Amino acid sequence: MLRDITIGQYYPAPSVLHRLDPRTKLAGTMLYLLSLFMTDSVVGYAIATVFLVSSIKLSKVPFRFIVKGLKAIIILLVLSVSFNLFLTPGEPLFEFGFIRITIEGIKTAGFMAIRLIYLVIGSSLMTLTTTPNALTDGLEKSLGFMKRFGVPVHEIAMMMSIALRFIPILVEETDKIMKAQTARGADFESGGLVKKAKAMVPLLVPLFLSAFRRAADLAMAMEARCYHGGEGRTRMRPLRYGCLDKKAYIILIIYFTAMALTNLLPW
Amino acid sequence: MSLKAEHLTHIYQAGTAMESCALRDVSFEIEDGLFVGLIGHTGSGKSTLIQHLNGLLRPSSGTVYLDGEDIFSEGCDMRKVRARIGLVFQYPEYQLFEQDVLTDVKFGPKNMGLSDEEAEKKAIEALKVVGLAEEYYKRSPFELSGGQKRRVAIAGVLSMEPKVLILDEPTAGLDPKGRDEILGSIDRLHRERGLTIILVSHSMEDVAEYADKLLVMDGSELRYFDTPKAVFRHFKELEHMGLAAPQITYLASDLRKAGFQVDQDMSTVEEARKEIRKLFRGNDEG
Repeated sequence: MLRDITIGQYYPAPSVLHRLDPRTKLAGTMLYLLSLFMTDSVVGYAIATVFLVSSIKLSKVPFRFIVKGLKAIIILLVLSVSFNLFLTPGEPLFEFGFIRITIEGIKTAGFMAIRLIYLVIGSSLMTLTTTPNALTDGLEKSLGFMKRFGVPVHEIAMMMSIALRFIPILVEETDKIMKAQTARGADFESGGLVKKAKAMVPLLVPLFLSAFRRAADLAMAMEARCYHGGEGRTRMRPLRYGCLDKKAYIILIIYFTAMALTNLLPW
Repeated sequence: MSLKAEHLTHIYQAGTAMESCALRDVSFEIEDGLFVGLIGHTGSGKSTLIQHLNGLLRPSSGTVYLDGEDIFSEGCDMRKVRARIGLVFQYPEYQLFEQDVLTDVKFGPKNMGLSDEEAEKKAIEALKVVGLAEEYYKRSPFELSGGQKRRVAIAGVLSMEPKVLILDEPTAGLDPKGRDEILGSIDRLHRERGLTIILVSHSMEDVAEYADKLLVMDGSELRYFDTPKAVFRHFKELEHMGLAAPQITYLASDLRKAGFQVDQDMSTVEEARKEIRKLFRGNDEG
């Protein structure tokens, strides 16, 4: 039941996208997200669609997994679409009582929906093709310059990777405790809000205890191996740009320029 | 009363790249009052199997019958099934949550809809079975030692008065004394109250001593379901599965190779003692 949760879940596959350096993918995703906000024309969206669809094809991740991420934003999507649809002033296309739909409204609502959907698919494509650890490595390296301004980049990255590492462990632990309490007749599903909240106590108390215990164990294990922060630390697998990354950057620059140019088009 | 599994198959994360088959066509029937040992290498499907027996996991296909009733059928009350088939997970002390021991043990019976007094009566009875002294009843479960916590957790399941008790490695991580105490209580429950016991264990010595029958899992499949003696005769195959026979079985095999006529099926220290004494007496007479 709980095992099906996908928070930045990695989907293993032998694809070009998986092999890219995490920094390339991070930069690519950032540029892609930016490009979505730059353009406002049909051509721009067409280019973005081609880019997205070919990335999905390259990633070899089944379409089902990519769409899964959209479930989380359905409410946001419906809200923003209906606001734009009903509240945009302009030439009325359809009028019924207080409901007024304008051509401009349809246009903005449509673009808004596409933009949101593309945003989510684009970023989940990155997390689906990059392991959480590679992602934090990439972030640490790309943001390394901030150390000069006193930002503890390494420590933040370490905290992130530990947190990410602990998500599946805690999910599994929750599943286990839930099962154990269910075996003792606990009921987590039925009843009103108060009853449900009360039913969480037998789950949350053991879960917190176990999280604290694990945290203490991990701290002990890290100290036993002489961990003392990022100063002078080398990596087992240092990040290195390859030939593939160069090609990816070239494609990205071409894509980004094309997207920027669409704003100059008259339609 | 009997517990029967029919063609149980379970596939985790079906339809994804992570798909894996944890149980493949497992069928068996456990009669009332039997002490069954469940053995198998790590990842052989033991834990998945026992979670099906009280309906925590739904099989991908196949089903489980309790007294002839399909527990996965529509009208079946899962809570009643779970009260009749008590399941004690691995490291059960990690599910304790209440402020004191007695309240924690009462959790199960109260979930079954019993009044506070009745629940308390059952809780005290269960705590007596596992041998926890009364002075601990009002203490926080988190102050107890590992072995005591575990006994409280087992009492938490026993207080629902199940007819079948399934324990997943109840002695893991305990010292020899704590181990003997827990196995002793389980054996007493079996002999005195006629409970059906399913004991998941990595210790061949333990299952040889207590179990009437053994279920042997290997690679998601049920390999053997027979008496310990019959199963341990296959000790070569057991080794291939990453298991082993009790050391006494190896002793018997070595003794026979050396030309001593001992029973090849002996598996406990007690049986070995008798056999070897018989051997000496036989020599005296001859």
